[in-house]
Amino acid sequence: MAFSASIEYTLFLADSALILGHRNSEWTGYGPILEQDIALSNIALDLIGQARWLFQHAAKLVNESGAAPRTTEDGLAYGRDSWDFRNCLLVEQVNGDWGRTIMRQFLFSAWQYYYYDQLRQSRDRELAAIAEKSGKEVTYHLRWSSEWVIRLGDGTAESHDRMTSALEGLWPFTGELFETVSYEQTMITAGIAVDPSTIRQRWTEKVGEVLGEAQLSAPQGGAGAGGNGRPQGGGEKDGAGGAGQVWMQTGGKTGKHTEHLGYLLAEMQFLQRAYPNCEW
Amino acid sequence: MVSENDIWSMLEEVNDPEVPVLSVVDLGIVRDIRIEGDDIEIVITPTYTGCPAMDAIRTGIRMKLLEHGYPGVRLTTVLSPVWTTDWMSEKGKEKLSQYGIAPPLPVQQVCHPGLFRMEEAIPCPRCHSYHTERISEFGSTACKALYRCTDCGEPFDYFKCH
Repeated sequence: MAFSASIEYTLFLADSALILGHRNSEWTGYGPILEQDIALSNIALDLIGQARWLFQHAAKLVNESGAAPRTTEDGLAYGRDSWDFRNCLLVEQVNGDWGRTIMRQFLFSAWQYYYYDQLRQSRDRELAAIAEKSGKEVTYHLRWSSEWVIRLGDGTAESHDRMTSALEGLWPFTGELFETVSYEQTMITAGIAVDPSTIRQRWTEKVGEVLGEAQLSAPQGGAGAGGNGRPQGGGEKDGAGGAGQVWMQTGGKTGKHTEHLGYLLAEMQFLQRAYPNCEW
Repeated sequence: MVSENDIWSMLEEVNDPEVPVLSVVDLGIVRDIRIEGDDIEIVITPTYTGCPAMDAIRTGIRMKLLEHGYPGVRLTTVLSPVWTTDWMSEKGKEKLSQYGIAPPLPVQQVCHPGLFRMEEAIPCPRCHSYHTERISEFGSTACKALYRCTDCGEPFDYFKCH
């Protein structure tokens, strides 16, 4: 399926929101305490809400282009296989423990917060409106996840260790957030997409500030493939050794995913695959 | 021939399924009503992007107009300009309070990424005390936060600023 750059780009935004929304929904009914179970489920709902608007927009673009059979938001969410998904790798990573889920949310929300702020200037008015609407909700996500990163990072020895391990496990997936792939470049030139390099510094500062307060330090290797290598956050606690740079994993935005996405889709798409177009 | 005012009064009878004391008009989600001949278009906007009540609200509006003899009304959903709690009517805020949900404060103050900030005290909708504390900023629906009154001890929902 060869889509135009505008469709691919809209799917990148939609898929990233949907997959993280789905991951968070896996916690519904399993959260450590009721209030936080509800909080994460609310965030899942917001993200899936964003995804719906983005998929409706993508479906309209597909149908106008005539490049593929007519589709709908559901067709795009439930009818594509993993190589068609354009989400960043960070969001498809497994939940792990509560700390890892929080860390994933924090790293992503910090990106989404600045990204949507810029996207409000998009020449695509629908994307601009979705960004403006969603940006207010993302503010809550960022605040909630930042507070939890601090609470757990600067909590007990056990919670600190778990957050350290979460950060080390997820950091290699942050580079992709600032990488520009070819359809994105086309859309940046057209004044539709955000150039991620313009928000990198603000993301780095925000993440560094919260990690610092949480007594955590980001692994060596700046955000972004070929990053500047500055250690972030931590202050005095700069990574010991510091010689080894973290290798940033990329590929999600062009459909090369980690093994986790297939399992997620198998569960999320099961019903529509088994009973196409079923409704209840 | 139906007038715009007739449609507004019909919409006053359509309630939000999650906060049933509020009509869609109180909530401030009806943006525009356009009538051209037999064609009626109602423009609405969601409160939250993922609000699951929107589908029920759309159905509610269709059913209400059908009841009054107007089938085939067109419903358009727009995102911009973005809904905020300022769109809620004063009457709506009053109804919320009587229902036991603290209405949004008149001044927007939560959409800020600053950490560990508490909003201005939210008065308890039951005993009106200002000695209240936030339990969670995510409540039973996307639009509410959960609070507790430290005087009367009651937990309550706060329709959070947005």
